[in-house]
Amino acid sequence: MAKRVMLIEDEPNIIEAISFILSREGLSVETHSDGTTANDKLRASTPDLLILDVMLPGKSGYDILRELREEAGTVDLPVLMLTARGQTRDREMAERAGVSAFMTKPFSNAEMLEQVRTLMAETS
Amino acid sequence: MARDTLTGSRIRERRIILGMKQAELARRADISASYLNLIEHNRRRIGGKLLLDLAEILGVEPSVLTEGAEAALIGALREAAVRAPEAGPEIDRLDEFAGRFPGWARLLAESRARIDTLERSVEALTDRLAHDPHLADALHEMLSTVTSIRSTASILAEPGEIDPDWQRRFHRNIYEDSARLAESSRSLASYLEAEGKAAAESGTPQEEVDALFEAAQHHIAPLDAGGAADAVAEELGRALSPIARALLRRAFRRYAEDAALMPLDKVLEAVVVTGTDPLALARRFGTDPARAMRRLATLPADAPCGSVGLAICDASGVFTFRKPLPDFPIPRFGADCPLWPLFAALSRPMSVLSRVLQSAGRQSSPVTAMAFAQPSGPPQINREPVFEAHMMIAPAGPRASETPEDVGITCRICPRAACPARREPSLLGDGLTQSF
Repeated sequence: MAKRVMLIEDEPNIIEAISFILSREGLSVETHSDGTTANDKLRASTPDLLILDVMLPGKSGYDILRELREEAGTVDLPVLMLTARGQTRDREMAERAGVSAFMTKPFSNAEMLEQVRTLMAETS
Repeated sequence: MARDTLTGSRIRERRIILGMKQAELARRADISASYLNLIEHNRRRIGGKLLLDLAEILGVEPSVLTEGAEAALIGALREAAVRAPEAGPEIDRLDEFAGRFPGWARLLAESRARIDTLERSVEALTDRLAHDPHLADALHEMLSTVTSIRSTASILAEPGEIDPDWQRRFHRNIYEDSARLAESSRSLASYLEAEGKAAAESGTPQEEVDALFEAAQHHIAPLDAGGAADAVAEELGRALSPIARALLRRAFRRYAEDAALMPLDKVLEAVVVTGTDPLALARRFGTDPARAMRRLATLPADAPCGSVGLAICDASGVFTFRKPLPDFPIPRFGADCPLWPLFAALSRPMSVLSRVLQSAGRQSSPVTAMAFAQPSGPPQINREPVFEAHMMIAPAGPRASETPEDVGITCRICPRAACPARREPSLLGDGLTQSF
């Protein structure tokens, strides 16, 4: 059975590109673009990996991540965070919120795939 | 006070810079300390041999003591010197430098002022980059679009076949994203150009408003002529940033309210009698001393009572209005002297504090300062009032004979020793730095 990745990102063209790349890798990809319902979606169907944008409508990626880390079912879920802000304090905020890996936009497809493979390998 | 009556002040300044006690200078000049004290406060004229002796002891040409140089120029040079101590400027020969090479001295002072302005611009722009929500959104938008283009273009550039439907979709996405990127980068460039221009001209919004008042010599004639505050602010504040325009509207509304209650023609008649006494003026118009101070500070430059300075601060000590006098500068960027009665007034609201002040270590005439703090709004149930303080500065006039209180302008360039209000060491003289 294919491993499942959930992508929460509000840019439709980024969603399409990432979905295409991950699907080609044999992964099953579920996408959402709204921050407010993200935690409910994750609770209902926890994936093997979450790719999470920081600036989302309704709720920030940091808030979503903090809530995830407080719930038993998602406390260890691998989370790859994507952000357009790559300053030290943004990384620190992500780390404090419990991120597994952090990538600054714009990134290459190869870099992202490498991170996804690494995080998937850690969980298998 | 004319420059040639400031010989005593120059002697005092030179002595303080050298770290010499008054008693020691008096002993070496073979005069009593009390006589030297009178000389230093410009209450005894000196000349002849005593002047030559004092100049020799203080290590300066007598002309430096008798002629001096413009106080503002000296102050500016001193500030330039303390900003770059590593260059080893001879602060103790500052007066001599300004006296012998006035053109070079002005050039140096103006260059320093220009550097200050540029540094503030850099600070303001850095602040904007870090905290401006518009800029953050614009950059986020651009980076997201670039990410999308890069990712999609990589897929298309990879070897191997892609399903024609996906290929068409990705081509369309790149086309749309490139259009978005062009638009957002054009919009960002326009924004930075407009904001950068405003920031380069004058740092913070309050400084933009200060600069506008300064350019108008603090007298806004259209408001005194009955112009509507918002309309006048719109007209005169066209070149200001949006936040500065909002501050200007608030300042002009207060000005217009003051002008309506204390019309210019009536005030000009009254000051012939009251002079620059804000209490007397306030009584005549049945208003509070703060309003009288504001009216005095915004009279035309040729008003019969002469020009006065004014500083207004909120309860946290931040200036909301500043009109310095040549003999009493008010720092542009805060960090002023905590000894000013302006701040004492905040702890004694509704009392008018009156002092004769002398800027420590400066070749300046004493000034009178009257300070008053009152609540900045109407009373509210179960809420502490928030106070605002005013301090009006005027030439000391007949009170010049009083022994003034030494205050500073800002700690870094203040030679006042053992000051309980000192916030940071002075850069004038080793002794003071060590005793901090």
